[in-house]
Amino acid sequence: MGKATRLAFGETISNLGEINKDIVVLDADLSKSTTSYIFAKKFPERFFELGIQEANMIGISAGLALSGKIPFCCSFACFITGRYDTIRISVAYTKANVRIIGTHAGIGIGEDGTTQMGLEDVSLMRSLPNFSVCQPCDEIETRELIKYSIQHKGPMYIRLTRQSLPVIFNEDYVFEFGKGVTVAEGNDAVIFATGALVHEALKAHEILKNESIGLKVINIHTIKPIDKELIIENAKKFGLVFTAEDHSIIGGLGSAVSEVLAENYPTKVIRIGLPNVFGESGSPESLYKKYKFDGESVAKTIKANL
Amino acid sequence: MLTHSELERIANELRIDIIKAIYNAKSGHPGGSLSAIDIITYLFFNEIKRTPENAFDPDRDRFVLSKGHGVPALYAVLARLGLIEYNELMNLRKLGSRTQGHPSYQDLPYVEASTGSLGQGLSIAIGIAIAGKLDKKNYNVYCMIGDGEMQEGQIWEALMSAPKFKLDNLCVILDYNKSQIDGYIKDVMDLEPIESKLTAFRWNVMEIDGHDFDEIEKAIQTFKKILDKPSFIIAHTIKGKGVSFMEDNIEFHGRAPNEKEFEQALIELQKLLKEKWVKQQG
Ligand SMILES: Cc1ncc(C[n+]2csc(CCOP(=O)(O)OP(=O)(O)O)c2C)c(N)n1
Repeated sequence: MGKATRLAFGETISNLGEINKDIVVLDADLSKSTTSYIFAKKFPERFFELGIQEANMIGISAGLALSGKIPFCCSFACFITGRYDTIRISVAYTKANVRIIGTHAGIGIGEDGTTQMGLEDVSLMRSLPNFSVCQPCDEIETRELIKYSIQHKGPMYIRLTRQSLPVIFNEDYVFEFGKGVTVAEGNDAVIFATGALVHEALKAHEILKNESIGLKVINIHTIKPIDKELIIENAKKFGLVFTAEDHSIIGGLGSAVSEVLAENYPTKVIRIGLPNVFGESGSPESLYKKYKFDGESVAKTIKANL
Repeated sequence: MLTHSELERIANELRIDIIKAIYNAKSGHPGGSLSAIDIITYLFFNEIKRTPENAFDPDRDRFVLSKGHGVPALYAVLARLGLIEYNELMNLRKLGSRTQGHPSYQDLPYVEASTGSLGQGLSIAIGIAIAGKLDKKNYNVYCMIGDGEMQEGQIWEALMSAPKFKLDNLCVILDYNKSQIDGYIKDVMDLEPIESKLTAFRWNVMEIDGHDFDEIEKAIQTFKKILDKPSFIIAHTIKGKGVSFMEDNIEFHGRAPNEKEFEQALIELQKLLKEKWVKQQG
């Protein structure tokens, strides 16, 4: 097992802090959880602890960005995107170069339950003009995404996991903003997955392989702007598209893929994700089973719809 | 009405239940549950007097736990009062349980509101208090907030609004245990001077030791007498109160005890109960 993508963020940003003195990091009483504490230890003068004040932190980040700094503004995905109007006006409409880091994505956080789970964050952030939305799927992709984000123009939302994830990319992995990445080949079905669900899709790929079903798995690290060409190309080839995300099916990756296909190449889309419900408490494993996010369930969903 | 000695005994028994529930769940927030349990015990046993029969009575006093992560303390009281089963308390945070990691009104309406995203419960309590005034009800609304939680902007909006509506049926209790996750309140984002800020906001402010039942009672009785303004009780507490190695230890804000720590905690709490109450009776 590799690292949680939140930890890869904390390590990467504290390394980048040495090279780029404009990087500043802000947190709202969750620095241990978001792992921004690593940066805080190394660069206390460029770390700003706001206490439990997400809205204030977002506004301060916007001001810092407007003055030439590169702020990484950290909290749980739910709390930070919960301060939506502040993000909408102070960051998005102001085109402030803020990187909003939302950790503890999805039901994968487990026992803490709904109030701590980011379940609608992608949907919210995707609808804001000027914003880009990214979700890496392993520690190496996270590292490369964070490195890329330094040079990116415009606000970004970066969604990270609490749980550790397997490593699937090599050290020489090149992050290409806006481009999907095929992580497993197959000729019978295609699934677009993001974040933790990339690994469940890969498990499904292995399970289906034993039954001679080839599942192509495409990792979508940039949910906005999404890789339209890749989606259309695969819809044409397979005639049916699956999506998987640890997020509500309303407004997330599944919706983004559906929007592209509805406008360009109408194709049936089957979305794996939370079906118009809040999450709940439970072990991450039991929740993934219940909501059919685990590899076995993903394989079943695919077989049942082929 | 229970005597203060009885309340103290119950609160310490509930401390054992809290520790057991969090240990079973292998996650949760012992620190802020243990700092809050004395006050919650007092309120439920001597003021709110919740029973399964009056649980949804429109005239009932309400308790909103705005610092939702302290909910093991609330569940422990609800279990003791027979509103939930003891085994539900022990199934804290398990799949399918009503005892969600944070209060879920849709699963367990006794919690009065869904909380756990800090900063929101006080506004809900104000709404309930305003409704009580509109409907000419005599119920009181108690709302507990955390000191870290008090940094949230929405709390200050709420603090500004309750005096405007002359909500003398609203009593806020600050569980002032002096710490949050990233450190001590005074280092992370200081709140002081709290008393003069709130007085300036036109609250009736009282300051007590939140583990002393005499003081808790006195403050609540004063609240019930004050007219035309809401009350705010600054309750000085100790995070992790009752378990020596959890007291004032930030590590136990949001971590369950391991097996050894669990056993140690039980030994300490049981010893306290035995020394103070068994001897007293015998
Ligand atoms: C809006 C929001 N931001 C962050 C959190 C994460 N969080 C949970 S508990 C906590 C610290 C709370 O400190 P305090 O209110 O002092 O509670 P206590 O010390 O009594 O446990 C934080 C930051 C949250 N639950 N809600």
